[in-house]
Amino acid sequence: MYGGGYIFSEPTQKEQDDHLDDPVMLAAFEARIGQGEKIEPQDWMPYEYRRQLIRLIEQHAHSEVMGALPEGAWITRAPGFRRKLALIAKVQDEIGHGQLLYNAAETLGKPREAMINDLLSGKSKYSNVFNYPAKTWADVTVIGFLIDAAAIVNQVANSKGSYGPYCRALERICYEESFHIKQGYDAFVALALGSASQRQMLQQALNRWWQPIMHFFGPADKNSVHSEQLMRWKVKMASNDAMRQQFLDSYVPKIWELNLTLPDPYLKKNLESGKWEFTEPDWEEFYKVINGDGPCNAERLATRKYAEEHGHWVRQALINSRQQFAIPLA
Amino acid sequence: MKTKSPIVDPRIIRLDLEKSASFNHLGDMEVWGTYEVFHQKKRGDQHIHAGVVHAPDPEMALVFAKEQYGRRLKCANLWVVKTSDIYSIGYENEDMFETVPEKIYREAGGYKLREKISQYKKSITSVNIKERETL
Repeated sequence: MYGGGYIFSEPTQKEQDDHLDDPVMLAAFEARIGQGEKIEPQDWMPYEYRRQLIRLIEQHAHSEVMGALPEGAWITRAPGFRRKLALIAKVQDEIGHGQLLYNAAETLGKPREAMINDLLSGKSKYSNVFNYPAKTWADVTVIGFLIDAAAIVNQVANSKGSYGPYCRALERICYEESFHIKQGYDAFVALALGSASQRQMLQQALNRWWQPIMHFFGPADKNSVHSEQLMRWKVKMASNDAMRQQFLDSYVPKIWELNLTLPDPYLKKNLESGKWEFTEPDWEEFYKVINGDGPCNAERLATRKYAEEHGHWVRQALINSRQQFAIPLA
Repeated sequence: MKTKSPIVDPRIIRLDLEKSASFNHLGDMEVWGTYEVFHQKKRGDQHIHAGVVHAPDPEMALVFAKEQYGRRLKCANLWVVKTSDIYSIGYENEDMFETVPEKIYREAGGYKLREKISQYKKSITSVNIKERETL
């Protein structure tokens, strides 16, 4: 699972001046991308391409790992054996995806440990949606169905990008994720067709998650002057708005057909333009949560730090795995 | 004002995680090298490069490879090789392979005989007819 709405950083003037790329190399690089060639780690690449890709893949990796936390906490409480098994398998996949992505990012020159340290210190970001609580089992079904669906829209687009190692990781990830969304949909529909109180629980969860889902693909691209270049370099494969539209197109009908509602009275498809119209979500809230002040940021990071701390002795032991205690002879 | 976390996970309450929240840095000693993983789908197939794992030694690399690459797809066997033990021709020399597909005389498709044979057959038939006419 992946949180889109990644925030590419706009380079400062100084950064741009300090890293002027050789125009001949740059032209050759852009021509290769134009022809649909993949860029490999050993190839020449512009400074800004490398920097933004590290940021993108690293955020993606963190999102996979942090995304497993709200769901992992529900394994013990998942209703029934089948749902528990599916949830365990999904959580295990997500952690595996994190590793695949750390490896892909590492090919660009940032060590995995440095990425984990930046996550723990709060310097690196991950998808906002995982900073919201999963209060009930219905929240888990909304995550499994809709957040994973949104993630797939994003990941399928990215898998056609220009950086070889990232594309190869995504190919494997998309294959594994196809089951995630199905198991989420299955659990979602089970509640939607269930008792009155199950339906009510599901409706409340939908109401809670709608804004984070609308935040998921990030703010409109018009705010980023950098987007055009990143799209030309096939780092960013679709605009935030285009992905949001694609998501609404596929999934709003699936929600409405179950006679569930979405908490936006203006949400409708304009039949003339073919575009969805909706109330702009609160973008101030989006930035607030990204900068660490969401409902669960502290709790999620604390859980991650706990895992690192309690894995510390294992990692230490593995470094000298052949070392044995010897009893003094005399 | 900081929003207080609404702790809803019983496991987190039980572990009292706030105490561990001070751990925020991996030491240099915890940096592991990478191993390239090769995955064989079924006996008799080639081992195909699948990806990378981080591990302190080859045995652990195999354990992680099994978790990472033998978990979902069919798998008969896995190899791991230390990344630093792999030698490669750089992409900067990619052009030396450019003429390889051009050498058509090394391909079955580079030899076209049917046309020649049918032309020969046609000429034989016309010769026979001419010979008969002169008799």
